[in-house]
Amino acid sequence: MSPSPLRSAATVIAHSVREGVRRRVFLAVLVLTAAFLALYALGAHFVFRDAHSFAGGEGHILDPTAFAGATIFGLAMFAVLFLGSVLAVFLTLGAVRGDAETGLLQPLVVRPLGRTTMLLARFAGAAALSGAYVLVVYLLAWEITRASGDWSPDHLLGPGLALVLAVSVVAAISLLLSVFLPVTAQGIVVFMVFGAGLTAGLLAQIGHAIDSHSLHSIGKVASWALPFEGLYAAGLHALISETSGLTGVVLQLGPFGGSEAAGPGLIAWALVYALGVLALAAFAFSRRDL
Amino acid sequence: MSAAPVLSVSGLRKDYRGQTALAGVDLELGAGELVGLLGPNGAGKSTLTKIACGLVRPSAGTVEVLGRAAGSPQARAALGYLAELFRFPGWSTAEELIALHQRLAGSGGGIAERTELLELVGLADAAGKRVEAMSKGMQQRLGIAQALVGAPRLLLLDEPTSALDPVGRRIVRELLEEVRARGVAVLLNSHLLSEVELVCDRVAIIVRGRVVRAGAPHELEGSRGVEVETDAGVRVFEGGREDAPRIVAELVAAGERVYRVQARRASLEDVYLEAVGGQTG
Repeated sequence: MSPSPLRSAATVIAHSVREGVRRRVFLAVLVLTAAFLALYALGAHFVFRDAHSFAGGEGHILDPTAFAGATIFGLAMFAVLFLGSVLAVFLTLGAVRGDAETGLLQPLVVRPLGRTTMLLARFAGAAALSGAYVLVVYLLAWEITRASGDWSPDHLLGPGLALVLAVSVVAAISLLLSVFLPVTAQGIVVFMVFGAGLTAGLLAQIGHAIDSHSLHSIGKVASWALPFEGLYAAGLHALISETSGLTGVVLQLGPFGGSEAAGPGLIAWALVYALGVLALAAFAFSRRDL
Repeated sequence: MSAAPVLSVSGLRKDYRGQTALAGVDLELGAGELVGLLGPNGAGKSTLTKIACGLVRPSAGTVEVLGRAAGSPQARAALGYLAELFRFPGWSTAEELIALHQRLAGSGGGIAERTELLELVGLADAAGKRVEAMSKGMQQRLGIAQALVGAPRLLLLDEPTSALDPVGRRIVRELLEEVRARGVAVLLNSHLLSEVELVCDRVAIIVRGRVVRAGAPHELEGSRGVEVETDAGVRVFEGGREDAPRIVAELVAAGERVYRVQARRASLEDVYLEAVGGQTG
């Protein structure tokens, strides 16, 4: 008797996790993450220590703690998004065409589980692992920031969940590309897409600072075309959404420029986008000769 | 052959961007039947096998496994497959790999099935060995064990002995006879004519996507005349073994002295070479 799709999916996910453990991928990720967090803690210590002089000395014009905390934690958010995306891409690298070319895929695909189940299981595994990773590192970075400068963002969980959704979108895009492209090309293209999204976000930031409607529009369109960028920007915004006064204005002109509230529309769109990308990947996979 | 075929292929065509891989193939396999698929490289043997297990979509025609469309979950649940070019995760041990396929196939055989399969392919002592530490021959035998997980009714093997030494080939030959005795239908793609000749009930020779010869090996290996050595030298007369006494009687009656008589038979290799016309992939 054939196993249920759910049980088959669980088998594929467990197989992927075991592969990650055996090939010491997770060990490497843990070591590098520990190094990142150690450097971040060092950076946060000095930023908070030196922020008072930058903020105007006595009779502070800016709130030095909020300015330093938001700036460095915003940077941490970018690093977490990048590391989580690297993990998501690695976990989906060569999932279809790459594995088919080496002969790894065929023995699995001829089993009754079905191609769509297999693809969705690969996505679920990659999204769950990279999502959990992102959330844990994000919370550790927050704890380091809080301990170093006694500062917390205006909203804590929302930005973390936005990052989780963002890396899930990256995993879905990577999986779609794996259906069409060999391993190296898949890796290159997915990071180019990732870079394009971040560049568009940077343009929006510049557009915000110089009040350019065109640049702002480019950023806006990119946020919807590549919603991981929109989610990241929304997460940034949520960090300081209730920071008012001159500190809020300066932050909006600087590292947080161009960031906007997510709103239910962006989150719904990101979910629909990921599902659409996965449906396209499943359709293309179902028609592919192996 | 039993009434309901295990594998039924009818009018099968496959075109790859203008290139015809299969040009209308008909083939049936019954339970407990071992059929060898022969042909030069690129003749369409692997394509036929891949369509049967749902890896490749046909351009036209039908393929059914136990009455179910090839590629359907029911059809895939009934078969075991070993590709010509395959790879298993190097970090996995032999037993872990078989256990993975047990879960994917929904086999409840547990450790007893794993032990039996690894014993069948001569890997009982290598159950805990990682795939990356195995020779190509061991990996090929592990591949056969993997294909047998869940007691399939149809076994599709694409060049399963290409990396094996003579001992390994004998193990696989005995294994094929064993699974045939259990009623499993086996489609065996191979370039090793002697192996096919030894184990297969029927043989189909494919050239440029068409079955050009098919039948039992002894049927295909037909008579090649009667060779007679007389005073006049060595001559070959038309006919088979049963014609030899008559031919000798006629020659003696004609006053010739007969020194040696031999009924000549075509080997499978002769039949194959004649069918493929010297074509190689």
